[in-house]
Amino acid sequence: MLSKKQARAFFLGGTVVTFLIFIGLTVYSLGEAQDQSHSENITEAVVRGKKLWESNNCMGCHTIMGEGGYYAPELTKVVERRGDAYIKAALMSEQPWQPRGRKMVAYNMSEAEADDMVAFFKWIGEIDLNGFETVVSPLAKDKSNN
Amino acid sequence: MKYKSQKVAYWFFALSMLLLSLQLIYGLIMGFAHAGMDGLHEWIPFNTAKAVHTNLLVVWLLSGFMGAAYYIIPEEAQHELVSVKLAYVQLISLALVGVAAIVGYHFNYWEGRKFLEIPRPLDYLVVVNVLLFMALILITLFKGKRKTTTALVMSMGLLFAALLYLPGMIDFDSQVLDSFFRWWVVHLWVEGVWELIMGGILSFLLIKLTGVDREVIEKWLYVIVGLTFLSGILGTGHHYYYIGVNKIWLIVGGIFSALEPLAFLAMALFAVNMYRKGEKKHPNKTALLWTIGSAIVSFIGAGLLGFAHTLPQTNLYTHGTIVTAMHGHLAFWGAYAMIVFAIISYALPNMTGRKFYDTARGRMAFWISNIGMIGMTVAFGVAGVAQVYMERKMKMDFMTVQKDLEIHFYVLIIMATLFIVGITLYIIEFFKHGQPTDEALEVNELVED
Repeated sequence: MLSKKQARAFFLGGTVVTFLIFIGLTVYSLGEAQDQSHSENITEAVVRGKKLWESNNCMGCHTIMGEGGYYAPELTKVVERRGDAYIKAALMSEQPWQPRGRKMVAYNMSEAEADDMVAFFKWIGEIDLNGFETVVSPLAKDKSNN
Repeated sequence: MKYKSQKVAYWFFALSMLLLSLQLIYGLIMGFAHAGMDGLHEWIPFNTAKAVHTNLLVVWLLSGFMGAAYYIIPEEAQHELVSVKLAYVQLISLALVGVAAIVGYHFNYWEGRKFLEIPRPLDYLVVVNVLLFMALILITLFKGKRKTTTALVMSMGLLFAALLYLPGMIDFDSQVLDSFFRWWVVHLWVEGVWELIMGGILSFLLIKLTGVDREVIEKWLYVIVGLTFLSGILGTGHHYYYIGVNKIWLIVGGIFSALEPLAFLAMALFAVNMYRKGEKKHPNKTALLWTIGSAIVSFIGAGLLGFAHTLPQTNLYTHGTIVTAMHGHLAFWGAYAMIVFAIISYALPNMTGRKFYDTARGRMAFWISNIGMIGMTVAFGVAGVAQVYMERKMKMDFMTVQKDLEIHFYVLIIMATLFIVGITLYIIEFFKHGQPTDEALEVNELVED
């Protein structure tokens, strides 16, 4: 029968071993050779777009790469799906954008800010998401197949 | 209650009840918005309601854990808390930081990172607050007459939870890295170190309520938390499937997160077996109901419903849908909310001297809130599965699907109302106990070990 000492060894040993493997995998998967995000394309505009994304808590309603609020559309391939002009119109609107009645906060962004957001979405749209990009955005997928 | 300083726990529990009540109101606002009724949009848009709803959950649970620690650690260490005054300072500062963050969310003052919306200046205050809390707990434990496994596991969970808050404060230009390290906080909290805290509280309650030998209970506690870390640390990989990092996480995350239900299964079997084995039947039936209930519901919510969409082949379709909300609600309820309710139900009569051990209102609170939450989970589940098929398989437009899902949110609102009735009964029972008193020390000797 298992003793308390053996149970403690199982806990401590298992924790240390799995934690070390976790760190090793983190270092490996974030290495330059494994980069799937085209990080060399992160321009200043992309970074400014990301800051706007965060400071307005867009993730509180929308999802990006499948993460967010589940209340408003997934924006991973939004540029491909909607085009720059539509996105900018939604962001620069003085009235709440409300397709089919569901309201978005009226952010009333400047043209420069809206351009930064588009740059951010374009960078996101190029990331290799291990197949998720084709499932999450069927409209984009159909478009590219046609 | 054996030490006067344990009374401070009451005020942490009271803060928990207050914040929980607010959390439910914001949850309802979100439910109505999903059902097509967003009349409050101008003042409380959905992203505000969501940030408040999830952050209040984290803060009220943390307040509950802290209260549990202030109650359990002195009793386990057989030593008064080193400074009650500083514990009150910590309580008030926790409440102020929490309120400041929540008010800020209504004025677009946040970081906009899911679950970690608290703006950076307030993050630093959180760190100071948690450092003070950890100092009080660890010094009490260090000065105590004994260092039990229960106290050590619980303190370890609290310490790791504090340390793991830090990776969430690193700035990244890349959304991929941001997301990667955000999960170090959120996943390793919820599916890692918080389970240590839960395990510690569960162990303490089982020792007190069943009378089974401490050595037996604590041996199994090690096995359970061992299983938790063995599966949970590498199980973080299930958040990395589709966020732009290497495919290796599909294999590692898939295998190890599929093992995560084992820890919850072990916890459920452990709690039920200890209850059946126990010779001492503590009169506090309400605490026992919440304790065993927590172990079972966490297995269903966190274990089974988590497993239902954790394999990469399934998650490819469910990732980013309401299916996640289905799992999230029952998991948080079973694993963390119910264990906080269990320790409150155990500690309250001991702190106040009022022995409301087995009241009709207490039993109704348990059953009504659980039926309500299970109903909510079913509503989320049906909506989520319908969403996956319509949006991801039939390739329908997002908003077209959302319109079709509205009916499920009416069901959700009805079940949420039932849940709120259960919680209201629990809160009434809480305040019926009155405030803690030193006289309770003498009353307790009759039933304590």
